[in-house]
Amino acid sequence: MNFTYIILIPLIPLVSFLLLGIFNKKIKPGISGYIGVAGLSTSAALSFYTAYTYFFTIGKVDGVYQTFVEKITWMNFTDTLAIDMGILIDPISVMMLVVVSTISLMVHIYSRGYMKGDDGYTRFFAFLGLFSFSMFGLVLATNLFQIYIFWELVGVSSFLLIGYYYTKSSAVAAAKKAFIVTRFADLGFLIGILIIGYYTGTYDFETLNNPEGSTILNWASSSFMGLSIITWALILIFMGGAGKSAMFPLHIWLPDAMEGPTPVSALIHAATMVVAGVYLVARLFPMYYFVEDGFALNIVAYVGAFSSLFAAIIAITQTDIKRVLAFSTMSQLGYMMLALGVSGYDGHEGVGYMASMFHLFTHAMFKALLFLGAGSVIHAVHSNYLKDMGSLRKYMPITNITFLVAALAISGVFPLSGFWSKDEILVAAFEHNKLIYFVGIFVAGLTAFYMFRLYFGIFWGKNTTYKHTPHESPISMTFPLMILAFISIFSGFIPFSELITPDKAGFEAHLNIPLAIVATIIGLIGIGLAYIFYKKENDLADRFSNAFGIFYKWTFNKFYFDEIYLFVTKKIIFNRIAGPIARFDKKVVDGTMEGIGNKTVVISKKIKGIQSGKVQDYALSFIAGAVVLALVFIYLWTN
Amino acid sequence: MDILSLFVIVPVLTIIALLFTKGLKQARLVSMVGSIFQLGMAINLVIAYFKERAINDSIMVFTKDFVWFEQFNIHYSIGVDGISVALIVLTTIVVLAGVFISWKMADLPKEFFISLLVLSTGVYGFFISIDLFTMFLFYEIAVIPMYLLIGIWGSGPKEYSAMKLTLMLMGASAVLMVGIFGIYFNSNADGGALTFNILEIAQVNIPFEAQKLFFPLTFIGFAVLGALFPFHTWSPDGHASAPTAVSMLHAGVLMKLGGYGVFRVAMFLLPEGTIHWSWFFIILAAIGVVYGAFGAIKQTDLKYINAYASVSHLGLVLFALLTLNKIAWNGAILQSLSHGLLTAMFFALIGMVYGRTHTRDIHKLGGLMKIVPFIGAIYVITGMAYLGLPGFSGFVAEMNIFVGAFQNPDMFQRVLTVLAVSSIVVTAVYILRLVGKIMMGPLVNEDFKNLPKVTWYEKTGILLLLIPIVGMGVAPLWLSDMIMASLDPFIKGVL
Repeated sequence: MNFTYIILIPLIPLVSFLLLGIFNKKIKPGISGYIGVAGLSTSAALSFYTAYTYFFTIGKVDGVYQTFVEKITWMNFTDTLAIDMGILIDPISVMMLVVVSTISLMVHIYSRGYMKGDDGYTRFFAFLGLFSFSMFGLVLATNLFQIYIFWELVGVSSFLLIGYYYTKSSAVAAAKKAFIVTRFADLGFLIGILIIGYYTGTYDFETLNNPEGSTILNWASSSFMGLSIITWALILIFMGGAGKSAMFPLHIWLPDAMEGPTPVSALIHAATMVVAGVYLVARLFPMYYFVEDGFALNIVAYVGAFSSLFAAIIAITQTDIKRVLAFSTMSQLGYMMLALGVSGYDGHEGVGYMASMFHLFTHAMFKALLFLGAGSVIHAVHSNYLKDMGSLRKYMPITNITFLVAALAISGVFPLSGFWSKDEILVAAFEHNKLIYFVGIFVAGLTAFYMFRLYFGIFWGKNTTYKHTPHESPISMTFPLMILAFISIFSGFIPFSELITPDKAGFEAHLNIPLAIVATIIGLIGIGLAYIFYKKENDLADRFSNAFGIFYKWTFNKFYFDEIYLFVTKKIIFNRIAGPIARFDKKVVDGTMEGIGNKTVVISKKIKGIQSGKVQDYALSFIAGAVVLALVFIYLWTN
Repeated sequence: MDILSLFVIVPVLTIIALLFTKGLKQARLVSMVGSIFQLGMAINLVIAYFKERAINDSIMVFTKDFVWFEQFNIHYSIGVDGISVALIVLTTIVVLAGVFISWKMADLPKEFFISLLVLSTGVYGFFISIDLFTMFLFYEIAVIPMYLLIGIWGSGPKEYSAMKLTLMLMGASAVLMVGIFGIYFNSNADGGALTFNILEIAQVNIPFEAQKLFFPLTFIGFAVLGALFPFHTWSPDGHASAPTAVSMLHAGVLMKLGGYGVFRVAMFLLPEGTIHWSWFFIILAAIGVVYGAFGAIKQTDLKYINAYASVSHLGLVLFALLTLNKIAWNGAILQSLSHGLLTAMFFALIGMVYGRTHTRDIHKLGGLMKIVPFIGAIYVITGMAYLGLPGFSGFVAEMNIFVGAFQNPDMFQRVLTVLAVSSIVVTAVYILRLVGKIMMGPLVNEDFKNLPKVTWYEKTGILLLLIPIVGMGVAPLWLSDMIMASLDPFIKGVL
């Protein structure tokens, strides 16, 4: 099968970026929106076509899905070690193509309404093109270096889009923070890649992931501080993944990233870029699973579980609706990570991996929907804060219904998509690690609670009087909402266990009825509590938060992690390292050089009297010298 | 006329033509024509080089040799390999961009352009020489005009900076000269005559004791120009006072002479000395990488930031050279090229900002993106390229260096490598701080609302630099293969 045309999927958005970026001023805003949408529509159509061909026309050969690779050499290091550029077609990359192109297309359409009249309209669409290009390149990568290259490029697109309102100091600060925190994480990623390159002699996913390959069979051949060196590499690579996917403790950039325009939050910081870390672990899953009996994979599981709990707790107290959604994203990403972490490899054992990818898919849809819905609300009331909202169901029926669908889906209510994917995650956790299962089920309850707190707070609750009567958003914005709502309802019925498993063979999935019932009950309790607290205006919530006092305060301030980081960067790096170095350089290093210079001047001043220009002085010196020399010679002669 | 000597002759002819010009308009026109001609020659050289390489596998091609001073066996001996070709191309680009950026040099324009071209003559001569003495001569020709360029056309404490820069570089030259004579007087170790010819000396087994003694002298002599810690302090002051085009040429090209000289002379001719000393100098280089980056964080003057950034990035060049690995060496040359273009770009941009706002203090700047979007966008792009974003030249160079440095499993070198790799984060910090402060954020000064638009000559200068930056970053293979093919003679010595 010839998949060369797939190269067009990333290239079309790149062309759109270059076109809009270079001729920024010459293109009319209306046109640039159309260019962006047209480009992405083409990419999306090609992605759907690819998915259809891959899963159904070609299908399984000998019971497994095939992997197709096409690549060229981009950079040579030695005869064997090189960076390739290419496309890798396998179940997860095809699925990611569908996710990225769908969400990106929806966001493009939505932005034509949302960004209307903005100064930087064309620039916005240019950056969206850049991001889509990078993200497609990332999911199609054939080797570690290629994924790293596009990893950095999505990072910079994210930087540019968070800092889109660049005249706002807070947006600039948030963009910087996002870039630097993820860059720090990428340092680990890069060192991991260097280790892999040196010890295995390849960056290629296919070679590395081969369960019978030398990397996986010989992981024990070299060790460092009691662990296989490959395990270290995998842990470092996971550090990169944790940075992008906002895992604890590298999560601090994600809430701030909400400074970007809301469609950006939906695209980058909910549905696509932030799942890159999950995708990375999934991409290297055979290595994570087989090397050192899954030591690194365990770390993934616990970091994921903890992040998911940590973020869900914080989400309850936030009052900015986008930040609630940001923490919710972090929590759900933790869910995906923990699912990968508890997964096995063969047959039904691979349920965690399958569930993680399944949840990645469904979450992308309903979380993008939530963000776009929130954007629609913000567009109407011109505020991000819950206190400025309430009873909006009367004004915004479509937003209300679609938001409700998404909230139900994320809470895992039968038969919406979230129910199915979350259930599989809980099954996987239940079978492999009870502790993680309990964390997962508790987080499920919290999720339902904070999500309906949000829903009731926006669309029900108090009767806010608005200065300008809010009204439903234009069709360009509500149309994507409806499409995504449709997907969020029905995508749970996609037979993921047939399509995406670690061994690519697929298995029969059965709904685990007892676990599903438990999860549903927990979810309904969460929703019920939210109903009591927030459906009608009352002071229950305040009384509760007062009762929790200090704990509430800590949670509201996100456990002061921003302050800790600020302390480290400002007080330690800036004032204790960079400052002293700057002073040291001026005073000591340069001072020494100056000292030598100054001493020369001083000495020359002292001795310059000798060159007085008086012939008598010179004659005197001359005679004195001659006498001394004569004495020396006589002395030497006589001895 | 042979293809290499033209690189010396054309600038000299341009200088002579400049002597007859009157006023700015004529001077810049002549300089522009001369520089465009040089760029054309450089492109021609690359094409000719590839053709010649296909049929000629000696170390240097296009060699020419004239006896110049028979008594000491000094020759005007020239020749190029992939490395020098790449650096010559870099020089022509930066010189031409520098001429465009100095389009409005109102003060003594004729003399300014003459000095600029003298400097470039020295640089070209240096890159084509394979005779140590001639090379050293050209080196001095390149360094001395700096004193005039900073002292006359500079700003701030220009006399002080010019003096400091010249004295430190001259001090280094003195050390270097001892080293070069040391090599010369040992070049008959295997019998044969004393010689300055690099290729001939490379065949000679210079005694280990002599190598041990003269390697540090030669290394330091060159590396001072390559901003080796702790001999880098001339660079911030020098750059801060220098006019824009001079900073561009100096940081973009002249500082590359340091790394090139270290590689071509110290390491190539004294391989045993290199192995003996590399552990020590690699520590200095690695310190320089991190130290420069941290130093840049706290600076408030745009040029100081760039100067410290250069200490960091050129430290990486020296670091890569001293890892004694072919991939890293390739990275070192690529980094020289990449840094040359990027730092020239930064200085050009700083010049454009300073020319409009009359300040380089980042606290007095802010929100310029809205007013001069072209400068803002290019500033962001350059910053991103500088911090090693894929798709730009810096990434390619850095990855070669890191992968190469990682090929040595020795713990000591691993630690230094990780230290050097960690500079990518610190670089991100100071670059984003800089861009965020001066380009983004609210406009800090109402007077900036009416800043003049970017002119065509500024755009031309910028694009000249930007195109190769992107070209190298997107399609690095042919360039890196060209350089890689020239590294074999070097690696033989240190293995």
